[in-house]
Amino acid sequence: MLNPSIFRVFRAATLAVALISVAHANEGMRLQTASVNAHDLVSLQNGAKLFVNYCLNCHGASYMRYNRLSDLGLNEQQIRDNLIFTGVKVGELMKVAMDGKDAKEWFGVPPPDLTVITRSRSSGAGSGTDWVYTYLKSFYRDDQRPTGWNNLLFENVGMPHVLWQLNGQQQLAVQEFKSEHDAHAALIAAKSAARLDAEVSMNGGKEERRYKLRTLQPGAGTLAPIEYDKQVTDLVNYMGYMAEPMRLERRQVGTYVLLLLGVLFVFAYALKKAFWKDVH
Amino acid sequence: MNMAAKNKQPVVITCAGPLNGVASGLLTWVDQRFPLMSNWRDHLAEYYAPKNFNFWYFFGSLAMFVLVLQIVTGIFLTMHYKPDASQAFASVEYIMRDVWGGWFIRYMHSTGASAFFICVYLHMLRGLMYGSYRKPRELIWIFGMLIYLCLMAEAFFGYLLPWGQMSYWGAQVIVNLFASVPFIGEDLSILIRGDYVVSDATLNRFFAFHVIAVPLVLIGLVAAHILALHEVGSNNPDGVEIKDKKDAAGHPLDGIPFHPYYTVKDTLGVVVFLIIFSIIMFFVPEGGGYFLEYNNFIPADPLKTPPHIAPVWYFTPFYSILRAAPPMFNSQFPGVVAMGAATLIFFLLPWLDRSPVNSIRYKGPLFRGALTIFVVVFLILGYLGTEPTNVWGQFGGWLGNADRATVVARVCAIVYFLFFLLMPWYSSIDKCKPVPERVTC
Amino acid sequence: MSDQDVDKCKRGFLVAATGVVGGVVAGAAAVPFVGSMLPSERAKAAGAPVEADISKLAPGEMKIIEWRGKPVWIVNRTKEMLAGITKNNSKVSDPKSDVPLQPDYAKNEFRSIKPEIAVLEGVCSHLGCSPQFKSADAKSDMGMDWDGGFFCPCHGSKFDFAGRVFAGSPAPVNLKVPPYKFVGDGKIIIGDDSKGA
Repeated sequence: MLNPSIFRVFRAATLAVALISVAHANEGMRLQTASVNAHDLVSLQNGAKLFVNYCLNCHGASYMRYNRLSDLGLNEQQIRDNLIFTGVKVGELMKVAMDGKDAKEWFGVPPPDLTVITRSRSSGAGSGTDWVYTYLKSFYRDDQRPTGWNNLLFENVGMPHVLWQLNGQQQLAVQEFKSEHDAHAALIAAKSAARLDAEVSMNGGKEERRYKLRTLQPGAGTLAPIEYDKQVTDLVNYMGYMAEPMRLERRQVGTYVLLLLGVLFVFAYALKKAFWKDVH
Repeated sequence: MNMAAKNKQPVVITCAGPLNGVASGLLTWVDQRFPLMSNWRDHLAEYYAPKNFNFWYFFGSLAMFVLVLQIVTGIFLTMHYKPDASQAFASVEYIMRDVWGGWFIRYMHSTGASAFFICVYLHMLRGLMYGSYRKPRELIWIFGMLIYLCLMAEAFFGYLLPWGQMSYWGAQVIVNLFASVPFIGEDLSILIRGDYVVSDATLNRFFAFHVIAVPLVLIGLVAAHILALHEVGSNNPDGVEIKDKKDAAGHPLDGIPFHPYYTVKDTLGVVVFLIIFSIIMFFVPEGGGYFLEYNNFIPADPLKTPPHIAPVWYFTPFYSILRAAPPMFNSQFPGVVAMGAATLIFFLLPWLDRSPVNSIRYKGPLFRGALTIFVVVFLILGYLGTEPTNVWGQFGGWLGNADRATVVARVCAIVYFLFFLLMPWYSSIDKCKPVPERVTC
Repeated sequence: MSDQDVDKCKRGFLVAATGVVGGVVAGAAAVPFVGSMLPSERAKAAGAPVEADISKLAPGEMKIIEWRGKPVWIVNRTKEMLAGITKNNSKVSDPKSDVPLQPDYAKNEFRSIKPEIAVLEGVCSHLGCSPQFKSADAKSDMGMDWDGGFFCPCHGSKFDFAGRVFAGSPAPVNLKVPPYKFVGDGKIIIGDDSKGA
C-alpha cells in the first residue's frame, strides 16, 4: 500500500537532517545510548551504591529521601548500613556532605544538585540518562585544566573524573579534515566517544571550512571497558530513577485509568446514541 | 425570556424516583426563594441550541472543564507549594515525591495548562470558521478575547512559580518588554517586579495573581461569556439563524434543548478528552519538552542565562512576531507593539468581516484561502518561536547573511496582519455561495 | 411496550449506568486529592522516633526530649519518689490508669516499663501547657502533704510522679505515656515500641 517513493523521500530527509546536525555539531556531540532497564532492581541498587560512594560527597540529591530507596527492594536497615555515611536518619534527605562555602572555594561554583539532573539534560539529541552516560565516558586528561581533567561533552567542566580509577586515563586524539564527507565517515567509524566540530575561518577573503574530529584513546583502569560501561549504566539507571521515582507507578496508574475511562466511554457513547436517535 | 418571572405563580416541582416527595418538596422550597427552576429552564432544559453542532463545538465546554480541573488541582498544590525563592523549586519536588498523590496533582495541573490552550485555540478557530464573532455575537467574542488575555496572564504568572531556569529567565525577558515602553518603561517594570530584577518579591506577587486575582476575573468573564451567548443564542456550522424559523410552541425548528441532548453529548466529549489527556498525563507528561520544559528542572540561577530562552509553546506565535520586528531607535519597543497588536487585533474581527455570510461553508475562495493561510502562518510562527533564530541557517550574502528563520518569520508576520487588515476588502468582494434556509446535517 | 417506552427504559438504564461508572471515575479521581492531605514524608520524618541517652541520668533528675513537637519527660525516679506514688493512690482521680492514655506495658502501678524510669508527655491534659517539675521538698508552695510531682502554672493542675492527675485539678485525666522502648547501653527510643531492630 505504501508508495516506494515515500521511502526515498524519507531516506533523503533523514540524510538531510544528519548533514545538518554535523554542521551544527559545534552545538553538541552525538550521545551514546545507555541501555538502562528501569525494572532491574539489581542494577538500580548497584547504581545507588555508586551514587552514594562517588557522587554524594560533592553533589547533593537534596530532594530525595533515603527511605525512598525501599523502592529498590531494600529495607530501612539495609539502607542505613550500606548507603548512609553521614549518620543521618533514614527518613532524611540526601543532602551533600560538603560545605557550600568550601564548594565555592574549591570549584568556583557549587556542584549542582543531582536529584533531577537527568530530567534537565533531556533534549532532542537524546534522553538525560544518555547525556550523563556519555558524560561519564567522555573524560580525558588535560593538563591545561586546574583539575587535570576535561570532558568532550561538557567542555572545560569544573568536575574532576571521580571514576578515573575504574575508567583509566583517557587521552584526547585530534584529527583534521578538509572534506565534510571524510570527517563524517571518520565520525561514524570512531569507536570511542567522538565529537565533530566545524571550524569556519576567513583566509584572504575566502571562507574556509575545516572539520575537527576529537576522539578518545582508552586508558588502563581497574575495570575493562565493557565492565566500566556496565557500572556507568547502573549509575545512570539509578539517576534516572532518582529523577522521577514514581515513573513506573505513574504508568501503572495510567493503564488502570485508561481501562476505566474505556468502560466509561462505552456507556457514555451508548447514552449519547440513545438520546440522539430522535434528532434528525 | 424572563416573562415567567413577571407573573410568578407557585410552581410545584415533581421528580421521578423513590425520594419524590422529599426531593420535590425541598426543590419547591428553594425555588420559591431562589431562581432555581427558571435558570434551569433558561440555560439548560429550554435553551434551544442548533441541532447541527459538530466536532468543533466541543471545545467551549472542554475549556470550561479544564478550568475546573486547574482550579481544583491548583487548590491542592497551594496546600504544599512554598512561594519563596529559596523554597519554591524544592517544594515542587516535595509535592512530586513526599506528598501522597502529589505527582498526580502536579502532572494534572501542568498537562491541564497546555490542554487549556489547545482547547481555547481550537475554540477560537471554530469562531473564525463559522463567524461566531459576527453580529449579534460581538460581545460574546469580546468577552472571549478578554478571557484569552486573562488566560495568557494566568499562564505567565503561573510559570514563574516552579522557579526553574526557564521560569526565571522567561519572566525576566517578558518583564523587560515592559521596560522598553518609552518614558515609563523602567519604572513600570520595577513596579511589576517589586524589585530591580525578578526576585522573591516578584515570585510572591505573581503567586497572588495566579492563585486568586486572575482566577476570579476568569470565572467572572466565563460567566459573562455564557450569559451573553444565551442572550442571543448559539451560532452553528452553517451560520444560519435558527430563531428565524420557529414552530407553533415558539421553539426553533432546527433547535434542540441543550439538556438532555448537549449535556449528554458534551459528557461524551469530556470522556474522550479525558482519555487523550490521561495518555499525556500518565505516559508523556513532559510532552517532548513542550509541556514541562527540560531546562526548568534546573533551579533558577540569576547569574547564569540559559543559552536558549523561549516562552512556553502557547505563547510562541506572538513571541515570533516580537522577535521578527527589527529594533528601532535602539529599542525593542516596535516588537512589543507588534506583539501586542497581533493579540489585540482579534478584538476587531466582528467589524473587519464584511462578508454577507457567517460560515466558511458559504464564503468564497478568497476568505477560505485567507483563513487557511492564516492558520498555516500561525503554526509556522508558533514553531519558529520555539527555536533559536538560526535554526534554519542563513541566506547567502545576497540577503546580507540574514537568518532564514527571521526572514520567514517577518513574511509570516506580515501575512498574519494582512489577514485582518485586508479582510474588509476581500470579505466584501468574495463570491459567496447561497446560504440554505435550514441547517444541514 | 411501544418503541417510545423501550427508548425511555433504555435511556433511563444508560443514564443510571453512565452515572454509576462516572461516579466510580470521580471517586477514583478524588483519591489522590484527599490522599495528598495525609501527612507527607516530610511530616512523617519529622515525627520519627527520637533516641535519648539516659546512661548519665542521675537518680531524681529529669531530662526533656522533643518528640513530634512535644516535650517528653524522662525521670530517674528514686525509691522515695516511688513510695510517694503509692501514697497518692487515694488522692488521684484515676489511680489504675483506666482511661487509655498509655501503652499496655505502662498500665501498671508506676505507669512505666521499669519502675525507676518514668517516660511522660509533658503536656497538661487540661489545655496543653507544660507543667513544672516540683520535687517533694517543695512543700512550702505545694502544701505539707506534697510528695513530689508536677504542677501546671496555667490553671493549677497537679500530677504525681507517675503522671496521674490529682483529684480537684482542672485537668480531667492523667498525662499521656508515649510509646517507647529501651535499647542497649542506657538508651531509650521514644515513638517506637516495636520488637526487634
